[in-house]
Amino acid sequence: MSGNGTGIGASVKRKEDARFLTGRGRYTDDINLPGQLYGYILRSGMAHAKIGAVHTDAAKAAPGVHAVFTGKDMEGVGGIPTGWLIHSKDGSPMVEPAHPALATDKVRYVGDCVAIVVAETAEQARSAANLIDVEREELPAVASIEAAEADGAALVHDEAPGNVCYDWEVGDRAATDAAFDAADHVVSIDVVNNRLIPNAIEPRAAIANFDPATGEYTLYTTSQNPHLVRLLLGAFVLGLPEHKLRIVAPDVGGGFGSKIPHYAEEAILTWTAGQLGRPVKWTCERLDAFKSDTHGRDHISTAKLALDADGHFLGLHVTTRANLGAYLSTFATCVPTYLYGILFAGPYTTPAVYCEVKSFFTNTVPVDALRGAGRPEATYLLERLVDKAAVELGMDRVEIRRKNFIREFPYQTPVALQYDQGDYDATLDLALEAADWAGFEARRAEAAARGKHRGIGISTFLEACGIAPSAVVGSLGARAGLYESGSVRVHPTGSVSVFTGTHSHGQGHETTFAQIVSDMLGVDFDAVDVVHGDSAKIPFGMGTYGSRSLAVGGTAIYLAVEKVIEKGRKIAAHLLEASAEDIEFENGSFTVAGTDRSKTLGEVALTAYVPHNYPEGLEPGLEETAFYDPLNFTFPAGTHIAEVEVDPETGEVELVAVTGADDVGRIINPMIVDGQLHGGLAHGIGQALLEECVYQDDGQLETGSYMNYTMPRAADLPFFNINHNTTLCTHNPLGAKGVGEVGSIGVPPAVINAVIDALRPLGVSDMSMPATSQRVWQAIQRAKG
Amino acid sequence: MNDFTYHAPTSLDDALAALRGAEGGTLIAGGQSLLPIMKLNLAAPTDVVSLAGVAGLDGISDDGDSVTVGAMCTHAQVAGSAAVQGRIPALAAMADGIGDAQVRNAGTIGGSLAHNDPAADYPAACVALGATIVTDRREIASDDYFQGMFMTALEDDEIITAVRFPVPARAAYAKFANPASKYAVAGVMVADGPAGVRVAVTGASGDGVFRMAGMEAALGGSFSAEAVAGIGVSSDGMLSDTAAGAEYRAHLVAVMAKRAVEACG
Ligand SMILES: Cc1cc2nc3c(=O)[nH]c(=O)nc-3n(C[C@H](O)[C@H](O)[C@H](O)COP(=O)(O)OP(=O)(O)OC[C@H]3O[C@@H](n4cnc5c(N)ncnc54)[C@H](O)[C@@H]3O)c2cc1C
Repeated sequence: MSGNGTGIGASVKRKEDARFLTGRGRYTDDINLPGQLYGYILRSGMAHAKIGAVHTDAAKAAPGVHAVFTGKDMEGVGGIPTGWLIHSKDGSPMVEPAHPALATDKVRYVGDCVAIVVAETAEQARSAANLIDVEREELPAVASIEAAEADGAALVHDEAPGNVCYDWEVGDRAATDAAFDAADHVVSIDVVNNRLIPNAIEPRAAIANFDPATGEYTLYTTSQNPHLVRLLLGAFVLGLPEHKLRIVAPDVGGGFGSKIPHYAEEAILTWTAGQLGRPVKWTCERLDAFKSDTHGRDHISTAKLALDADGHFLGLHVTTRANLGAYLSTFATCVPTYLYGILFAGPYTTPAVYCEVKSFFTNTVPVDALRGAGRPEATYLLERLVDKAAVELGMDRVEIRRKNFIREFPYQTPVALQYDQGDYDATLDLALEAADWAGFEARRAEAAARGKHRGIGISTFLEACGIAPSAVVGSLGARAGLYESGSVRVHPTGSVSVFTGTHSHGQGHETTFAQIVSDMLGVDFDAVDVVHGDSAKIPFGMGTYGSRSLAVGGTAIYLAVEKVIEKGRKIAAHLLEASAEDIEFENGSFTVAGTDRSKTLGEVALTAYVPHNYPEGLEPGLEETAFYDPLNFTFPAGTHIAEVEVDPETGEVELVAVTGADDVGRIINPMIVDGQLHGGLAHGIGQALLEECVYQDDGQLETGSYMNYTMPRAADLPFFNINHNTTLCTHNPLGAKGVGEVGSIGVPPAVINAVIDALRPLGVSDMSMPATSQRVWQAIQRAKG
Repeated sequence: MNDFTYHAPTSLDDALAALRGAEGGTLIAGGQSLLPIMKLNLAAPTDVVSLAGVAGLDGISDDGDSVTVGAMCTHAQVAGSAAVQGRIPALAAMADGIGDAQVRNAGTIGGSLAHNDPAADYPAACVALGATIVTDRREIASDDYFQGMFMTALEDDEIITAVRFPVPARAAYAKFANPASKYAVAGVMVADGPAGVRVAVTGASGDGVFRMAGMEAALGGSFSAEAVAGIGVSSDGMLSDTAAGAEYRAHLVAVMAKRAVEACG
C-alpha cells in the first residue's frame, strides 16, 4: 500500500460529488421509460380495521385511469417475506404472520397498502384514489408495547396470542443470577429507546417494466441492496427466476436502513407492470413516507448491574420489550435480538450477561433497521446504567469504566461475540484530553454565573459491524448469507472497472473503493470506476447496511485485485522470460526481482486481451471475482463526550460541545470517514434531543410531518471535535472495521448523561430521550416537588 | 392538488374583479401558507389570483410617527429594511425570526395577517404596537382585526394593501419557537408606544393573539422585568401539542414576557 496522493489514507475529493453537486445524479425518480404510467398507492387511514368490499368502479372510470388493483386481484401472489427466523426461549419458532402486499381481509396500520391506481399522470392516479370506497369495520388498535401486552388487548394477528412474536434470550441466566447473589451492589435502570422515523432525503420510488418479448421484468428502486430485493421479490413473492428479474438501484439519496427492506410497493409495482404490459412509476410523497418507510428503535427496557465493592462489574441482566410494528419487515426480527442482546458486554469484562427480549406486534408502521440497528439501543442502556452505577457508588464516571475495560484480546464475551482487537484506554484518554474533561468544573462555574446549568457526559462504547460469518448467522436464523462479492476488470489499456455487491446511498464508495484499487494496482485514481446497484452487472451482493461495505465488500475487492495481480504475474513472467515466482509487483509494474526488466500493468493487460505471445494454458482476459465471507464481525469502539448547557427557566438544552475519539479500523479516506462520523453524530443527537415518533392511542401517527417531527438541523449541532486512534481488525486484510453507524451508536448516552449531569444539582436523576425542553422543564419542576 | 385557473392582475381593481368573478377564488401572495394547504387538499380553489404583479402593494415608508409596510413586503424585506431597523427594531428582529430563509424570502406580511395562523408572529407585533391594517376599502385597528384562530375582520373579497405601525418608545419580541416547525410556541411582543404599554401573546392560545392586561398594568406602573416576573399565566385555554402542553406553554408565556421586557432595555 503505497499511500500516494490518491491512495489509501488520502482525503481524495469524492468522485460522485461532481454529479451530485451539479444536479446530474440519476435517482430512481429521474428515470422515465417510454409509455410509462403512474401508480398511486391508496393507504389505510385506520390503524386496524376489517375490510370488506373495495368499490373501485368510480376510480376506474376517472379520467386517465388505466387500472385499479386491490388485494383481491393480487390473491395468489406471495406475501412479503421476512429475512430472519428467531426462536423463542422454549425453542419454538417465532410467529410469522402473512403480509399480503395489498391488504386483503384487514388493514393493520395507518399507511398499510390497500389499492393501486394506475393512470396517465400521477395527479390523475391520486385524484382517482379519492373515489375508491373501502367498506371497513374499525377494530380497536394497539399502538404501543404497553397496549399490545395489556390484558384483553386486541390482536394484530389472530395467530399471535398476546401480540407476541417471540420471547428470546441470550446469555447464561443461571450464571448471571449467581453473579447478582454474590454482588455487593446492584444498580437498576428503566429506559425507553424512543421510536424514530428515518427521513432519508430522497423519498422511496420505484419504476417497474415488463418486456413481453423476453419475459423479463426490470424494477428500478430506491434500495440499499438490489440483489436482496431480487431474491425476496423473485423467489418469494412473484415466483420469478433470477434471470428474468433485474433490479436496478441507481443513485440512492440516503437510506439509514429504511431502504434495506423489500417493500410491498416494489412487489405491487412489478406485478402491476406485468399485468398492464407498460412501465409503472411510483414516487412516495413525504407525508406517505412518514407512515410507510420502516421506523426504528422503540424499546422499553429494565436492567440491573451487579458490582463488587470496588466497582467491578459482576453481572448484567437486561429485560427488553421491543415493538416490531404491524408486519415483520426484512430484518425486523434480528434487530432487537442478534444485533442487540449480543452487544451487552460492551467494552467491559462483565463475566455474566443475560438478555431477554420479547417482541410485539402493534398497529404501527413496521419497525426495521435504522442507523445502528440494535446497537444504539444496547449502547444507550449500558452507558446510562454504567453512569448510574458510578453515581450510586460514589465513583468517578471515568474510573468505573476504566476499571472494567477489556484489555486482553481476543476476548470471548459471555454473549456470543469474540472481540479480535481494541484499545479502549487509548480512545478514552484521547477523548478526555481533547474534550478537556479535567477543566470542566471551571466551565460549569462560568456557565452558572450566566444562569445556565452545564453538564458533561461520556459514553465508552463498542459496536459490531459487518455481521458474519454466513454459517454462524445461518445457524442463528438468517435466511441469507452475509458475504460479499467484488469483481475487478482490467481493460485492455489498463483502466479498471470495479464491480461490488455493496451499494452506496451516500457513503462515497465510488471514491473509497477506487482508492483501494488504484493504490493496489498502481494505476491512476481516475482510471478506476466503481459499478454498483444493478443486478444485471454485479455477480451477486448483499448490499450496504450494518457498516459492512468496506470491511466485507472492500475485502472482496481486495481479494479480487490480488487475483488480478497473481494472473498478471504469470503473463509478465512469460513476457519477461522469467519464472512467476521471481516477479515482483509494485507501483503498477511487474519486475523481475533484482533487475530493471519490467512490464507495466497496461502492457500486461493488453497482452491478456491480445494474447499473441501468451503463456500456454492460461485463459486470456484480465478480470477476477472474489466472494468474501468474513470470519467474524468487526468491532469499532471509542469514546464520545458531550457537553450541554440547560436553561433552567425554559428547559432548553443547548449542545455546546461534542468530542469523539474513535477506532474505526483502517481509514481509507479520512474526509469521508469524518463525514460519516458527523452524519452519525447528527443522527444520534437527533435521537437524544429532538426526534420522537408519537402514535395516538387509536394508532394515528401524531408526528406525521415536519411540523412536529423534529429533524436535527445544522444550527442544532456544535462543531464536532473528532479524533482517531486506530487498531486494525485482525481478520480482514484491510484491517477495516466500519464507521457509518458509530455516531448514532455512541453519542446518545453521552448527551443524556450530560443532561443528567447538568440537572443533578437540581435533584434530577433521570431523563428520557429526546430531552426536549418540555421534558427537561417538567423534570426540574418534579424535582422541585 | 386540483387544477385551478391562475390570474396575474396588475391592479387592485383587476385583482378584485378576478376574485369576484371566480366560483371559489383565492388570493395568493408568497404561497407559504396557501400552497401547503392546497397540497393537502384542505383548500381547493377554482381560481388563484396572484398579488405579485399588483401595483402599489410593495415598499416600506418612514412616515415620521409611523412606519408603513406594503402588504406584499416579504419577511426578509421587513427584517432588512433600514426604516424598520431604525424606527422599530423589534419588528425587524421579529420578521428575521420567522420560519427559515426560504419562508422569509417568499412569505409576506399581508399573507401572514390574512391567514392569521394562531402560531404566527405578526399578530403579536400588530396588537402590541397598535398597528392599523389598511385594505382596499378601509382601515382596521389591530384590536378589531384579529378574531380568533384563522379568523379576521376581512371580508371575503377584501385585500390588505399595507400595515401602518406607530413608532413606539421601546419594544421587544421574545419567541420560543417550535423546534420542528419554527412557528411560535409562545411569542410575546411588549411595546411602550402611543397606545400605552401593551403585551401581546401569540402561539399560545387556541383563540389566536391576546393581550395580558395584568402585565400591561404592572408595566404601566413600573416598566421592569421585576414588575412582570411574579405574574403567573393561567394554562386555561392554552394550546397543547407535542412540543408543549398547556401548563408548559403558560409558563413559557411568562418567561418570554419577562425576557421581552428585559430586551426593551
Ligand atoms: C416552514 C414554514 C415555517 C413558517 N414559520 C413561520 C413562523 O415562524 N412565524 C410565522 O409567523 N409564520 C411562519 N410561516 C408562515 C409564513 O410566515 C407565511 O409566509 C405566512 O403565513 C403567509 O404569507 P404568504 O405571503 O406566504 O401568504 P399566502 O400563503 O400566499 O396566502 C395566505 C392566505 O392569505 C391570503 N392573502 C395573501 N395576501 C393577501 C392580501 N394582501 N390580502 C388579503 N388576503 C391575502 C391568501 O388568500 C391566503 O388565504 C411559516 C411557513 C412555513 C412554510
